[in-house]
Amino acid sequence: MAEIVVRNLRKEFGDFTAVQSSSFKIEDGEFFMLLGPSGCGKTTTLRMLAGLELPTSGEIYIDGEEVSQKPASQRDIAFVFQMFALYPHMNVRKNLSYPLVSQGLPKNQIHEKVAEVSRILGIENILDAPVSGLSGGDRQRVALGRAIVRNPKCFLMDEPLGALDAEFRERMADELRGLHDRMGATTVYVTHDQLEAMQMGDKIVVMNHGVIEQFGTPRDIYDKPTSMFVADFIGSPPMNFLKVRGSLEVGATSIEMHHQTFGIPTLTEPFSGDMIYGVRPEHIRLSDVAPYRAEIVAAEYLGTTQIVTLRTYNGEVKARVSSADTARVGENVGLDFDGATVTLFDSQTGRAIRSELNAGVLGHG
Amino acid sequence: MSGYSITEPSPRQKWIAGVLVIGYALVTLMPLLWILATGFKSSSDAIAYPPKVTFDLTLEGYVNLFTTQTRQTPEYLAEHPPQTWYEEIVRDKGMVIAGPSRFGERFLNSTIIGFGSTFLSVFLGTLAAYAFSRFRVPIKDDLLFFILSTRMMPPIAVAIPIFLMFRSVGLSDTHTGMILLYTAVNLSLSVWLLKGFIDEIPREYEEAALIDGYTRFQAFYKVVLPQAATGIASTAIFCLIFAWNEYAFAVLLTSGTAQTAPPFIPTIIGVGGQDWPAVAAGATIFLVPVMVFTILLRRHLLRGITFGAVRK
Repeated sequence: MAEIVVRNLRKEFGDFTAVQSSSFKIEDGEFFMLLGPSGCGKTTTLRMLAGLELPTSGEIYIDGEEVSQKPASQRDIAFVFQMFALYPHMNVRKNLSYPLVSQGLPKNQIHEKVAEVSRILGIENILDAPVSGLSGGDRQRVALGRAIVRNPKCFLMDEPLGALDAEFRERMADELRGLHDRMGATTVYVTHDQLEAMQMGDKIVVMNHGVIEQFGTPRDIYDKPTSMFVADFIGSPPMNFLKVRGSLEVGATSIEMHHQTFGIPTLTEPFSGDMIYGVRPEHIRLSDVAPYRAEIVAAEYLGTTQIVTLRTYNGEVKARVSSADTARVGENVGLDFDGATVTLFDSQTGRAIRSELNAGVLGHG
Repeated sequence: MSGYSITEPSPRQKWIAGVLVIGYALVTLMPLLWILATGFKSSSDAIAYPPKVTFDLTLEGYVNLFTTQTRQTPEYLAEHPPQTWYEEIVRDKGMVIAGPSRFGERFLNSTIIGFGSTFLSVFLGTLAAYAFSRFRVPIKDDLLFFILSTRMMPPIAVAIPIFLMFRSVGLSDTHTGMILLYTAVNLSLSVWLLKGFIDEIPREYEEAALIDGYTRFQAFYKVVLPQAATGIASTAIFCLIFAWNEYAFAVLLTSGTAQTAPPFIPTIIGVGGQDWPAVAAGATIFLVPVMVFTILLRRHLLRGITFGAVRK
């Protein structure tokens, strides 16, 4: 298994820049998520790691070896495609042995390997079946089997659960994560599903327009977003953005919004002008006595919690509150925000303003 | 709840469809059956009026097709009794067989040129289509249009320049010349058809093979080609049908060694009166290879024609 280092990776297709000088490091054995909306360059990045696209510039080190201009066949990596890409004219056994045949392994060893892998994945009973008749889950397992049969340096996966239906996705996600933990293989996983990324990843890179927006653990990315894009992309419903204007000094611990004072994490840089007060829905409390008033526009019941949409002086917000709370549409309520969890953003550029909360993560930007 | 269904036709609809198909088949097959029958008629039955539907079967037409004959004196005929069944047929008209006709050679030429140019068209077409489908080719769209544009005029419009070109480079009346010519005409069809088929094959299959440690060519050969078999088969049939049936260029550019069957068959008429059974026999035999080829590949052909119409 291997560590992967990417430096100033860049890819242009004609006039279009798909990836703009990305740099990140994937530790040995890490489950690494490339997350972003479609067209953000995450798949291109993955394909460059695989050697299916050659970068315009930059370096890729897999296990200490610079491979950026090497063809895929010489990189010793495995790739799991979204549509599985099982060889349709071969049965399951042939699909699994195909990567070994290319290495010139003797027949009995191939047989052993295939048997071993099919045992791990629980597909021994379908080894001689043609791949065309398999269910989505079995296809997925065969695709995984084809990836692990060769003991590659790392696994690259391009939305491998995207083609499965919701019910099955959950199960395969568990299987995938379990498989990863057993094998300790470095895995790079592309997805546009933030829940999947949060649920499975050790680290996440959030990309947008070919640029890495943030790189870190799921917790850091959720709690300490470095840009409005990340704050908006992660979380469902996403972070609330309240427009506010003012001037703050270093060390400020509160901000005034509509004549009320709200807490913020201690600022470590001064800022004046238009700002965004970013607060997660679960950090908003409804309170009858709070002086900052809002009108309830809608309430969605979700079982243990409910999402309440409110109209405030500074814009619309969604709060996640207990289902036990009563929230009647049209009612006027007071709002409290948990100031310690708040991130302030520069309204113009969308970047987070430095505070003691995000001091640790802004270095990576 | 009535038995109405939009996916399953009712027995009545099936019955109507069956009648229509059989009716259409009869209309299209009639000339073929007539040719087949005429091949086994005697010369007089072939031109009888009203046409004979029942007649005495004779192989006279086929014997005439494959042999050349001369008239001999009764003394000679009496001295030399016929040795074989086909000689007996000829003797009835007071003739003897002088030797084999040219038909066998012409038929062989057709086979060499037809299948040779089909192979070459499909081979080059597959490679070109793959490149156009998968790689960033500069001015790709213009090139593809250029390739298609060679099909926009009737090929025979350039017959005279080609005739002169062939004469000056020594390709007139050669197998190579005819194979090259038919390949050139078929190539645009083959590139476009095959590109459509290859476009439909997801790139992931090859990419998976590349990652599994195979070279680009191995991936093409072992993964793409088996997937494209359907397209290759139907393209081959179209190419063969054109090359096999082509008449105008064959008349113009071949006369001896490389003459194909289509220009030869009409010349049979002139030999010893209007020998319709021999012409019909020639046409029948001429049909066989394309029919066999098409039947062998028909499973692919059917899938090929509807391929890509439905997203799987």
